[in-house]
Amino acid sequence: MTDVDILIIGGGPAGLAAAIAAHEAGCRNVLLLEREPALGGILRQCIHAGFGMHVFKEDLTGPEYAQRFVRRFHELGLSAQCDTMVLSVTPDREVTAVSPAFGLQHFRAKAIVLAMGCRERTRGALQVPGWRPAGIYPAGQAQRFVNLDGWMPGRRVVILGSGDIGLIMARRMTLEGAKVLACVELMPFSSGLTRNVVQCLDDYGIPLLLSHTVTEIHGRERLEAVTVAQVDAQRKPLPGTDQRFECDTLLLSVGLIPENELSRAAGVRVSEVTCGPLVDEALQTSVPGIFACGNVLHVHDLVDHVTIESTEAGRQAAKYAQGQGEAGIPACQMLQIRDGAGVRGLVPQTVCAGRVADVLPLMFRPAAVFKDAAAVVRLDGEEVLRKRFRILTPGEMVRLVVPKEVLERHAGAGELTVGVEV
Amino acid sequence: MTQNFSDVLVIGAGVVGCAVARELSRYALRVNVLDQAGDVAEGSTKANSAIVHAGYDAVPGTAKACFNVRGNALFEAWCRELEVPFVRNTSLVAAFDDRDLAALEALRLRGARNGVPGLRIITQDEVRALEPNISRAVIGALLAPSGGICCPYGLTFRLAEHAAANGVTFHFERRVVDVARAADGLWQVTTADGGVFRTRAVVNASGLYADELNNTVSAQKLSITPRRGEYLMIDKQYAGTFRATIFQVPTPLGKGVLVSPTVDGTLIVGPTAEDVGDKSDTRTTADGLRKVVESAARVWEQVPAGGVIATFSGLRAHGDRDDFVVGEAPDAPFFFNAAAMESPGLTAAPAVAVWLAEQIGKRLNAQRVTSNVHHTATWKPFREMTDAQRIAAIADDPSYARIVCRCENVTEAEIRAAIRCRIGARTLDGVKRRTRAGMGRCQGGFCTPRIIAILCEELGLKPEQITKFGGGSNLLVTTHGARPATLGLSPERRASSVESREPCHD
Repeated sequence: MTDVDILIIGGGPAGLAAAIAAHEAGCRNVLLLEREPALGGILRQCIHAGFGMHVFKEDLTGPEYAQRFVRRFHELGLSAQCDTMVLSVTPDREVTAVSPAFGLQHFRAKAIVLAMGCRERTRGALQVPGWRPAGIYPAGQAQRFVNLDGWMPGRRVVILGSGDIGLIMARRMTLEGAKVLACVELMPFSSGLTRNVVQCLDDYGIPLLLSHTVTEIHGRERLEAVTVAQVDAQRKPLPGTDQRFECDTLLLSVGLIPENELSRAAGVRVSEVTCGPLVDEALQTSVPGIFACGNVLHVHDLVDHVTIESTEAGRQAAKYAQGQGEAGIPACQMLQIRDGAGVRGLVPQTVCAGRVADVLPLMFRPAAVFKDAAAVVRLDGEEVLRKRFRILTPGEMVRLVVPKEVLERHAGAGELTVGVEV
Repeated sequence: MTQNFSDVLVIGAGVVGCAVARELSRYALRVNVLDQAGDVAEGSTKANSAIVHAGYDAVPGTAKACFNVRGNALFEAWCRELEVPFVRNTSLVAAFDDRDLAALEALRLRGARNGVPGLRIITQDEVRALEPNISRAVIGALLAPSGGICCPYGLTFRLAEHAAANGVTFHFERRVVDVARAADGLWQVTTADGGVFRTRAVVNASGLYADELNNTVSAQKLSITPRRGEYLMIDKQYAGTFRATIFQVPTPLGKGVLVSPTVDGTLIVGPTAEDVGDKSDTRTTADGLRKVVESAARVWEQVPAGGVIATFSGLRAHGDRDDFVVGEAPDAPFFFNAAAMESPGLTAAPAVAVWLAEQIGKRLNAQRVTSNVHHTATWKPFREMTDAQRIAAIADDPSYARIVCRCENVTEAEIRAAIRCRIGARTLDGVKRRTRAGMGRCQGGFCTPRIIAILCEELGLKPEQITKFGGGSNLLVTTHGARPATLGLSPERRASSVESREPCHD
């Protein structure tokens, strides 16, 4: 059994930022565990640009963005163990891990930061009917093939779902010489960032078929074609709208799922909306001393937001490990945070107003596309903050900050809601 | 010519063919097995409910009834000996109205006549005490304590391993196109690639195609209809929702949609029963999958849509005689059928194999051999090990400490062992079915590149040559300047990891 102050699970952008923040907050016994052979997480395979506009005011590629944190991590003398898989986490913060270098290891941590990221939704989860040939890949897996392994998954491609990875891969496959026939999206709007629709589809003349889906897979051995149909308002395929696309590859970009199997086994309560842990303003989960940040908490679209969130998680974990956690702060009334109309997946889910240091950040996704709308924060029904947006879409996460003074003015409040008003 | 001579040629490497081959390997007989696919268990064996039936369904006196009950009795010992999972989790047949209750009583009587032990009808309260998550619409059930669950492809793979350890030779990607009696009285079996196999006896275990083979040599014609069943697999997160396999009162088309735990901790829901024209049509359909959920809802009110990790379909070989066709064809001496092995074919397989091997042994005047290998070693899955076992395994082989499939915690050592054993994996699906790598909730999203790399290293292939399941199911396309597959290991480490380990130790 090895004792550590803070154990961070996952060495992607979330884990790296949390580790650095914990060190900067004075914790000297921080250990990061990463299952891949190198730090950086999924950013290692995101060789396109567009990262860092908020944090660095620069346009960086994924590996460049990650490298800034990896360099800082090493400059601070932080330690990471790669090629290490965490097998279990207990509610009293004992962690079992395994790696070729160290074999089976047991750790006991004063605080844990969950930063395991997410996985991609699969064809099985979508239940797309038809044959089950080779050539159907989650977009992120194809991205890994192309960008890390130097392998080409196929030559004629249809993309199902317009998540950001799918959009990025439409461009990437085109640049690698493949023909991308279409990007097919079930919803009447893209689930990706607008800039990705423009830069990855429009710029390459790739059609985005909104309110369409793949209704059948053809090909016994290797994929040969897909049938695409238009869907009605209930998302059911409309008869007579079938089109057949001859293709050898279908990439799926149909959603990301936070990887919370370890968290659940540790007793951490998980939200049915975000699929991530329920957390308070300190990003602490329902299990004291276990914190969560990044895509394991809720799926982000900008890594910059992951960094900001994870820095806070690292700082809070350090406080906890240094014994300045809940014990040091007077008990206060818990504010329940609830999704209002047009809002999905607010994080955090509970707040102790008295513990908010400066501002309370609230993040959520709009439930639909809204034009010229306002996000309205209410405390026990009374409007306390309003922010206008030209457009709100589910593909772009919204981050609002509520100043501490606003919470103080309504000290007795029990419920905070955020809703979209047109 | 000599190398293609055998005493017995088994056509079909599904659970029945491999079980027969394994039982025949106990005799001083030269046994060959042919299959059109690139691996064992590629037909009905890989896609069915994985249930070891108690035996109350079949009409008394039929081959189905007899081999079902006997097969069920053998199953546990076979699985223990071959180190594959088996759980006697009991079966329930759920009733929803008075007519169903009457049907349960008929089933109970039928089961008793078939020799099924311990059958009894239980009340709604008893059902709910056993299965708290079952729908309140269930008003009673038939309880069959001998019902169980198994891993059909795991069993088949281990049967093939054991057969191979005792001298049985397997030939894959050999599709039989003709069976004829040669002038010297031997059977001459021709394969699509021009191969000729001469043999004293043939075992027809060719599943959906068994009618075609039988009909080339026998006037007693058989007809097999592919009956498709579609299924949903539900994530382990829902493990424990049900303990027993829960059937509904059967219909003329089959045992209806069941809900059951699997030996892997997932839940299986299905199948539909639809006769299709094409013996290879294993497509899933929107209609079929919807029917599965609707029908299962009578037992499991909320099949969790978000918990579905995979959908698939399989074909049962439904014979026109409504019974198994097992034994020597009356007008074709030394041609033995194990045909029309639809449900409960899996359950019956051990009993059919034992009986057929005895018949064949007698007909060929073969002696039982005494020098057989009794046990073939297998690897223990890391996920099933205790800490002490893990430490020991890693000390012996550090690649036991490298998790490749993170959903199922499958290690590099297990994947290499699955490729290196006698009937080793050659494809992504072959690795998957031997180790469970890629079978979990991410369905290979993370481990596929690593498994491709290991297959390349072990088999000396390039990534674009690796297939999902043989044939033209290549995973990648050729590009200029493609990089060789590596796991990021140094050449020295790769060499040592390949050389330092023996295949399976006996």
